[in-house]
Amino acid sequence: MARTLHFGRWHFRLTPTRYVLILLTLIMMGVAVVRLVTGLGAVTNMSDQWPWGLWIGFDLLSGIALAGGGFSTALIVHILHKDKYAPVVRAALLTSLLGYIIACVSLFFDVGRWYNFWRPFVYWGYHSVLFEVFWCISLYTLVQIIEFGDIFLEKVKIPALKRIIERALPFLLILGVVLPTLHQSSLGSLFIVAVGKLNPLWWSMLLPFFFVWSAFFLGPAMVTLEGTMAARAYGREPETPVFASLTKVTMWMLIIYFIVKIIDLNYRGVFSLAFNGSFESNMFLLEMIVFVALPIVLYAIPSIRNTQWGVFTASFLVVAGVILNRANVCFVGMAQAAGAPYSPSIWEWAITLGLWSLLILGYCFIVENFAILPKEEHGKTVTSGSGAGLRA
Amino acid sequence: MADIKGVLVDITRCVNCESCVVACRLYNGLEEGKNGAKETQAEKDKLVSNRWTVVQKVKVEKNGNAVRRYVKQQCLHCLEPACASACFSKALQKTPEGPVVYNEKLCVGCRYCFIACPFEIPTYEWDKSFPRVQKCQMCLARVADNQMPACASVCPTSAITFGKREDLLKEAKSRIAANPALYVDHIYGEKEAGGTSWLYLSDVPFEQLGFNTKVTHRPIPDYTWQVLKWTPYIFVGWGALLTGMYMYTKRRAEVHAEEEMYAPVDKEE
Repeated sequence: MARTLHFGRWHFRLTPTRYVLILLTLIMMGVAVVRLVTGLGAVTNMSDQWPWGLWIGFDLLSGIALAGGGFSTALIVHILHKDKYAPVVRAALLTSLLGYIIACVSLFFDVGRWYNFWRPFVYWGYHSVLFEVFWCISLYTLVQIIEFGDIFLEKVKIPALKRIIERALPFLLILGVVLPTLHQSSLGSLFIVAVGKLNPLWWSMLLPFFFVWSAFFLGPAMVTLEGTMAARAYGREPETPVFASLTKVTMWMLIIYFIVKIIDLNYRGVFSLAFNGSFESNMFLLEMIVFVALPIVLYAIPSIRNTQWGVFTASFLVVAGVILNRANVCFVGMAQAAGAPYSPSIWEWAITLGLWSLLILGYCFIVENFAILPKEEHGKTVTSGSGAGLRA
Repeated sequence: MADIKGVLVDITRCVNCESCVVACRLYNGLEEGKNGAKETQAEKDKLVSNRWTVVQKVKVEKNGNAVRRYVKQQCLHCLEPACASACFSKALQKTPEGPVVYNEKLCVGCRYCFIACPFEIPTYEWDKSFPRVQKCQMCLARVADNQMPACASVCPTSAITFGKREDLLKEAKSRIAANPALYVDHIYGEKEAGGTSWLYLSDVPFEQLGFNTKVTHRPIPDYTWQVLKWTPYIFVGWGALLTGMYMYTKRRAEVHAEEEMYAPVDKEE
């Protein structure tokens, strides 16, 4: 069943898993065409009460947050020059780039009058948070494409172009941290306007802080997850010492996150809402205890953190926790104001599943054809810098 | 702002004739569509994309008696509308006359206005390929021409009064003062969401009629702006800080041969 397609200097291996992913991608494309032609009502379960469904609540909010690995590792490696983490930086950049492209595509499917998508570039509704989100995401996607161009041009040699990109790279790297900082926080600010609608357990003037902070601490966890999975898929040695060391950033940021959440709830006088036994309060406690407090403990214990399963489990919880947080803000916290139930239609799921399948396929194709993952020598990973790879 | 127009709805005067609903549909050319005879009362009480105003039938208790009240619902045309502040392509705008109007040509269809509206007013043409946001436009063309909106023009009981918002507030206060036994001492829309162009008077507390009485009295765009105004400073400040850190931590001579460090994956699964 497994065979490799060759086209020119590119190759792509086909395996049973990949056939399934390709099938899901094709279904997604079919549904996308139907949706773009017939409108949203025929395909989705969205309504006046639930104007934002799965595509915004999951693909956009979680997708962009999960891509946070790109900007946090870029900050750590390229801006702060912590070179021992360099082995994971390209993989993080790649996942981030693919995540943003997916988010932009699902946004395009989601907007009702999609031929008008360019309007905010011309009509400056600067008083809208969405305006900032729109500009920042567009620009950052562009920045990431250029950054990736640098890697692309290592294989496809166009020296003149590569020289231009290399010269612009420091500027792009800084822009590539500033822009995501702004729009990751703005994705939280989006819900400030829902004052009185979003449940007070999540509504806060600090929403932008919580969103950008969690997107940042999610970065190392996400890098750990995808690194471990890629290592398994390709029969490589995972960079566990790098992950274990990197996730200490996540641990400290989680601790601060937890403390600020509690202070914020107390300051707004809604702390007791967390314990009133309602569905919202239980979801909030689940989010804070299982997906924030528990990973702190797991990361804090060296004998857990330094093992492959330990750092993977803790990181998995962190990533799942951020997805849960976005779902809580967009769905659970808004349910009471909506006053009607919502569950995504099978077609909404088809689009989501197909887009994420496409992301995985894209990731596989690129790491197999471009220099993304660290070079392996006799089953050992090359690490630059001062021997982070030797501990463990 | 002083000249802004408004409408005062006196719920005690409404007799549920629904002339306003018909007038709205005719003036705005709204097609009857699918909704019709088969709808339940709860469905008929809901705003939908081809019904910009409804008269809701609400059963309440007053002085121990069960009574019915008829509540005309439509966009309240906030003085500082959350929906317009949320619109990133300027498709929703507050006009100087008072109405908050929608321009379909500019609309991208993101539906952020739905999230923003504290009164759950906007509706969407979910069944159309290129849906529009639909809501009361307060008959802008008529209002700009100093005529009353279609609904107000046909009301036989003068439950709907059109005028300058300032004058309507005075009128509402004098009605309450003249008949304090009848009215509750609350003009809905005077302060809600920072004030709305449409105002309501009632003889039963507004929360019992389904009004959102928990809505903030601060203009909602203020909340967002408090955060959004920092954007340029963060852009410049954070950018400068990062540049500084970049320069400071840059290793003097250590140039990495990046091309040596990474390689395409070349292993069978």
